[in-house]
Amino acid sequence: MITLREAIGEAMTEEMRRDERVFLMGEEVAEYNGAYKVSRGMLEEFGPRRVIDTPIAELGFAGIGVGAAMNGLRPIVEFMTWNFAVLAFDQIVNNAAKTLSQSAGDYSCPIVFRGPSGAAGQLAQQHSQTFESWMANVPGLKVISCIDPYDTKGLMKSAIRDDDPICFMESEMMYGYKGDVPEEEYTVPIGKAAVRQSGSDVTIVSYNKMMIVAQKAVEDLEKQGISAELIDLRTIRPLDHETIVTSVKKTNRLVVVDESWPFAGVSAEIAYEIQKYAFDYLDAPVTRVNAQDTSLPYAAPFVDAYLPTPEKVIKAVKEVMYR
Amino acid sequence: MATRAKKVKKKIVNYPQEQYLDWYACMLRVRKFEERALMMYSKQKIRGFLHVYIGQEAVCAGIKSAKRIEDPLITAYRQHGIALALGATSDACMAELFGKSTGINKGKGGSMHFFSKELRYFGGNGIVGAQIPIGAGIALAEQYKKTDNVSITMFGDGAARQGALHETFNMAMTWKLPVVFVCENNGYAMGTSVERTSNVDELYKLGWSYEMPSEPVDGMNPMAVHEAMHKALAHARSGKGPYLLEIKTYRYRGHSVSDPAKYRSKKELEAYKAKDPIHLLESIILQEKIASNEQISTIQKSIHQEIDDAVAFAEASPLPDPAELFTDNYLQDNYPFIKD
Ligand SMILES: Cc1ncc(C[n+]2csc(CCOP(=O)(O)OP(=O)(O)O)c2C)c(N)n1
Ligand SMILES: [Mg+2]
Repeated sequence: MITLREAIGEAMTEEMRRDERVFLMGEEVAEYNGAYKVSRGMLEEFGPRRVIDTPIAELGFAGIGVGAAMNGLRPIVEFMTWNFAVLAFDQIVNNAAKTLSQSAGDYSCPIVFRGPSGAAGQLAQQHSQTFESWMANVPGLKVISCIDPYDTKGLMKSAIRDDDPICFMESEMMYGYKGDVPEEEYTVPIGKAAVRQSGSDVTIVSYNKMMIVAQKAVEDLEKQGISAELIDLRTIRPLDHETIVTSVKKTNRLVVVDESWPFAGVSAEIAYEIQKYAFDYLDAPVTRVNAQDTSLPYAAPFVDAYLPTPEKVIKAVKEVMYR
Repeated sequence: MATRAKKVKKKIVNYPQEQYLDWYACMLRVRKFEERALMMYSKQKIRGFLHVYIGQEAVCAGIKSAKRIEDPLITAYRQHGIALALGATSDACMAELFGKSTGINKGKGGSMHFFSKELRYFGGNGIVGAQIPIGAGIALAEQYKKTDNVSITMFGDGAARQGALHETFNMAMTWKLPVVFVCENNGYAMGTSVERTSNVDELYKLGWSYEMPSEPVDGMNPMAVHEAMHKALAHARSGKGPYLLEIKTYRYRGHSVSDPAKYRSKKELEAYKAKDPIHLLESIILQEKIASNEQISTIQKSIHQEIDDAVAFAEASPLPDPAELFTDNYLQDNYPFIKD
């Protein structure tokens, strides 16, 4: 059993051993071992040439990462959280995502932008945002979001080896989350969802730390005699359309549990896909449980009201089951 | 006066004849290419943004002659000149402006975005200042790969106000990156003069806070640009880190075709036109008998022919297949695009 933070650290370390072109840069990644200790020990092993502490200058170092990627390296750029990556969106959206198109294939941008996304307790408005929907809106990018240590390690390795720019969303609250990870080398493919539990009454689709919420709901529902199939998206873009559609054709009902805001978000995209490709199989409208369509204020009561909870998921499931 | 003329003469004979003719041909090609592009724009053969470099040609000519072929270069959207100077063909560039599949980027980039891996040209960037950190990243990769190539990172006076410049200068100096920053100060960012955006209007001084060697350069003279670049490149190549050149130049036309440039005086424009870099070099070549009138007119004729041919080539070339919309978005094969 290792933690999510160790899984990410192992993935980066193994890929840096494997490929000289891979390096890590970001705030506090080297001497401090990472703001969340994800890169612990990496400076010691690889030295300051390959584990680079940057000033607090997201736009600047993201751009430096993009330039290095265009010129043959494979940078991993850590953002302390995705909230601060907003300063670097120009480089991610206008450059990393567009370089290949603008240069008509002359220059690719094999880079991984990574860091935690999503709310993490009472951190208030500016430090609680979820960015999967934002980044997944951009052609040219791939977006991965997961917390299971096995998946995360395997997907991080795939991401570092991938030739396209990748936004990798982790979770501040789940860095200590444990899971089984084998000793031997493995990767997990980008663009494939995982069916965590099979069921027959309803499909629940989720990702990142909302999987914990959904999992809890599935357990409670089971006690009430409702059999839910639980899908972990793992990759947001490209979306594994097939796994979701196949499941809904079997269960005829769908609830999406998504920490991002509802408007034009991941859940909206999935609902669209289902009405388009499984319309005749639906026994109820697709329902979603999102973060509220608001900023997240500081005080404790706001957090529960804002985020999806097992109770909200159970309520939504009962709604689609007309119970 | 006499001693001064003598000095100039001494400098001039520092270079072989071909160098002067190369500078001349380079600048004339860029000038004629863009004059024709403006004409084609008015005929609606070219659409979108068109930012021309007319007046600034000495900068691309001097940089080209001072750099090694392997030195990577990146700049902003006012970039036809630099791409042509680096060796992009008039055919490929004109076809790109026409949006044809034979363009330097298959018609996908247009006026602001020429790129060429072969030429180590990292392109024209449309986000003001965005190429500054990217250029430093290109330098970081060269340092990392232990080459002795130097990244030439160009930007305008307006771009110099972006925060990214400061972040980049700081990191580039801290890490001693092999990069020459070239600020092309043409006096204006769209309609805003340099003086209106800062009390520091001598932009080379922006390097001072980072103890970056920095100096101003006469950008209306390819020899001055060449010499300054040569020195700056040698500094960066020797491992001493970045160098900043503020190349003082001027654009004769508006910011883009849609800009009548009413924010500046005719007098100011005429003063710069009086020191036009192409005329300056031509008169030096003739006065100093570096080449004959005949040689000059041969170059002129061949460039006129080249531009005529480029327009004909662009005209005759096919438009891109609309299916190309889905190529070059991902390297991955069969990426599942949402299409309905
Ligand atoms: C981030 C950003 N802000 C604004 C613009 C709009 N814009 C395009 S060019 C320009 C002026 C830039 O001037 P300068 O850097 O001096 O370059 P020049 O046009 O003189 O070559 C502006 C404001 C932009 N493209 N990107
Ligand atoms: Mg300017």
